Amino acid sequence: MLRYAATRLISLTLSLVAASLVIFAVVEVIPGDPAAYMLGLNAAPEAVAALREDLGLSGGLVERYLTWAGGMLTGDFGTSYTYRVPVADLVAARLWISLPLALYALALSTLLALPVGMLAAARRGRVTDYGIMGFTQLGIAVPNFWFAMLLVVLLAITYPIFPAGGFPGWDAGILPALRALTLPAVALALPQASILARVMRSALIETLSQDYIRTARAKGLTEGQAIRNHGMRNALIPVLTIIGLQFSFLLAGAIIIEKVFFLPGLGLLIFQGITQRDLVVVESVVMLLVFAVILVTFLVDLAYALVDPRLRHAR
Amino acid sequence: MIGIERLSVVLGGVPVLRDVSLAIPPGRTLGLVGESGSGKSMTAFSVMRLLPQGARVTGEITLESRSLASLSERQMCAVRGAEIGMIFQEPMTALNPVRTIGDQVAETLLVHGAATRSEAQGVARERLARVGLSPDRFPLDRYPHELSGGQRQRVCIALAIALRPKLLIADEPTTALDVTTQAQILALLRELVREEGMSCLFITHDLAVVAEMADEIAVMQAGGVVEQGPTGTVLREKRHPYTRALFEASGHQPARTTRVEDAPLLEVRGAVRDYALKRVRFFGPRPAFRAVDGVSFALRRGESLGLVGESGCGKSTLTRAILGLEPLQGGEIRLDGAPVSPDMPPELRRRMQVVFQDPYGSFNPRHRVSRLLTEPFHLTGQPPDLDNRIAEALENVGLTASDAEKFPHEFSGGQRQRIAIARALIARPELIVLDEAVSALDVRVRAQILDLLADLQARFALSYLFIAHDLSVVRSVTDRVMVMRVGRIVEEGETEAVFSAPQDGYTRALLKAAPVLPAA
Repeated sequence: MLRYAATRLISLTLSLVAASLVIFAVVEVIPGDPAAYMLGLNAAPEAVAALREDLGLSGGLVERYLTWAGGMLTGDFGTSYTYRVPVADLVAARLWISLPLALYALALSTLLALPVGMLAAARRGRVTDYGIMGFTQLGIAVPNFWFAMLLVVLLAITYPIFPAGGFPGWDAGILPALRALTLPAVALALPQASILARVMRSALIETLSQDYIRTARAKGLTEGQAIRNHGMRNALIPVLTIIGLQFSFLLAGAIIIEKVFFLPGLGLLIFQGITQRDLVVVESVVMLLVFAVILVTFLVDLAYALVDPRLRHAR
Repeated sequence: MIGIERLSVVLGGVPVLRDVSLAIPPGRTLGLVGESGSGKSMTAFSVMRLLPQGARVTGEITLESRSLASLSERQMCAVRGAEIGMIFQEPMTALNPVRTIGDQVAETLLVHGAATRSEAQGVARERLARVGLSPDRFPLDRYPHELSGGQRQRVCIALAIALRPKLLIADEPTTALDVTTQAQILALLRELVREEGMSCLFITHDLAVVAEMADEIAVMQAGGVVEQGPTGTVLREKRHPYTRALFEASGHQPARTTRVEDAPLLEVRGAVRDYALKRVRFFGPRPAFRAVDGVSFALRRGESLGLVGESGCGKSTLTRAILGLEPLQGGEIRLDGAPVSPDMPPELRRRMQVVFQDPYGSFNPRHRVSRLLTEPFHLTGQPPDLDNRIAEALENVGLTASDAEKFPHEFSGGQRQRIAIARALIARPELIVLDEAVSALDVRVRAQILDLLADLQARFALSYLFIAHDLSVVRSVTDRVMVMRVGRIVEEGETEAVFSAPQDGYTRALLKAAPVLPAA
């Protein structure tokens, strides 16, 4: 197990290095001068030169990469050109909304999807299954901002249980903050839960046709016991893969939902960074997201090994 | 005592069992034999009440004078595992890969409320020891993937007999195992049935196995029992024509006329094949596993050469090297003097074709037969008379030219294997490698395919390299035979000489382990 974790950890580090090189290179290869690009067509040459100095664009390639990557490691992400504040502070503030929102949505989606998927698999081919499959189809087809607007109309306006938007900050207390995140989390979770429930269902049905389920039935287990004791853990592998992918998406892909609910999250930050040509912000946030994705992949890999002894024992 | 009375099953409107009546007293074994689709497993699953949904069952099944048909599903769950245990064909997949063997044996006790968690562990240890997996070498926390096929089948037996059931159903329990492992498992089952006083329903397609195992035999054909009686009587008298046909097909000896030339067609000299394993330490050297270790032999033109050995002995690795699919790490292989390697010219490749075991797996299901057959022409370019070549190849293997437009699923297993042979023939090869080519076939179909191969060999002066684990088949169709063990050829010689007077200890052990059909 330790050996497996060590290999995964090495692969994680290498992925990070590779990703940082690619991101650095992309910013480098944008035609023309990043500083001129950021300032637009009509910028004064002096302003461009000043920004170049500011961005640390004057040194050699290797030196610039090392400064940038080294800064990242020590938490120095550079200074945003448009906001005139350290990117680290900008990101930290947004992360305090986006990360809890993503985790909240992921928890909702998983808690909803796994039992529903199991139920559909246990009742496969019957009315319950068809009903669940129909609803999940709808959940995938309808865009999440549409759910978001429905939720606002229903639960914020008609029955004002939750706020329609905005975020009071964690200083206002955990409960108000969670209340503000509930509707966006639900809107984000519904499509994800629909996908996850379908994956859970098909993974379970796949394992149910395996020989070891037949062995379990021959031992005297009921179908339900066979699913719980033998089907579930084997079906978890594809489910974990999807959960990993979903977390990455939820962290950065929530931009439309952030718009609908006026949440200043990471998605909005990166969007603004791109429209305002703030390459320092874009570079840093993209790197941060890549880090999050790779970290989640690493955790999913570890979870695989917990589920499947064959990976733990792999030589 | 288990009794089955006039059992009939209809599945999706199709009758799959008709009026099956059987009885097995305690301590006795009933062998249920027949070809695939004859209803053997259906009978077992009817007893277990684990038939597919929508099956309509009539008739009576009684276990110790208790009718099973009238039990509710919940009551039936209490019977399965406790009063009836069952083991299956494929030990590699029959166990849950993510749970320990101790857990899986103990679960039988736990679901029936027969023991507390800690007691169940103790019983599991004792039962695993009973089937030959001693706790010091096989602790309860082992996972299935750490065990061999034979060891896993022992675990399956342990969990089936954990509660000392009155009936043990064994559905082809040794079909997927090597002969020496098979002999051990059969001995274990015989001993268990006798000592635990169980009734045993033993399902197999192999008459030789059933002759060793069963007190009584029931022969099934097309969902019905055609002949039933004490093993000795049934095998001696063979009253039903179907029994007779099965028996003859099992020992079938194709009429072979071979003209073996002295010149070697295939020469293998000192072949070595290593597989790199994972590094023990990061940056350390990669250890290697030597799958083929200095193998040398020659196959003469027109000859049939057999290659036998148990799984993992290196047969398949050697085969891939001979076909030029993988490189050697030492030695050389020559076909008619030209070196064989992964980058050999297509013309050389054409002269050597292969037929595999599984006709289902080796065809793309979405291609028509005509396209499947002409695959070898990717090597050499399509001949101008393509349609004639297709028709000729199909007719040579006993199919018709019009079959070219069909898809693989429209054929039976035996017909598919004929298509695979036609695909090999169409390139007009000199050597055909038959890699377990008849192992998945029913005995009567197998006999037909063996006749076909003998006929083709005579007509086209073909040479065969015949790779199989079934010793009796190898004996009936080869001129010479090689026995392989852990990467080496341990014995080689004229087939009859090797089989009647084996020199090597391993060859003797193999032959001793192979079940033999009693002489008619």
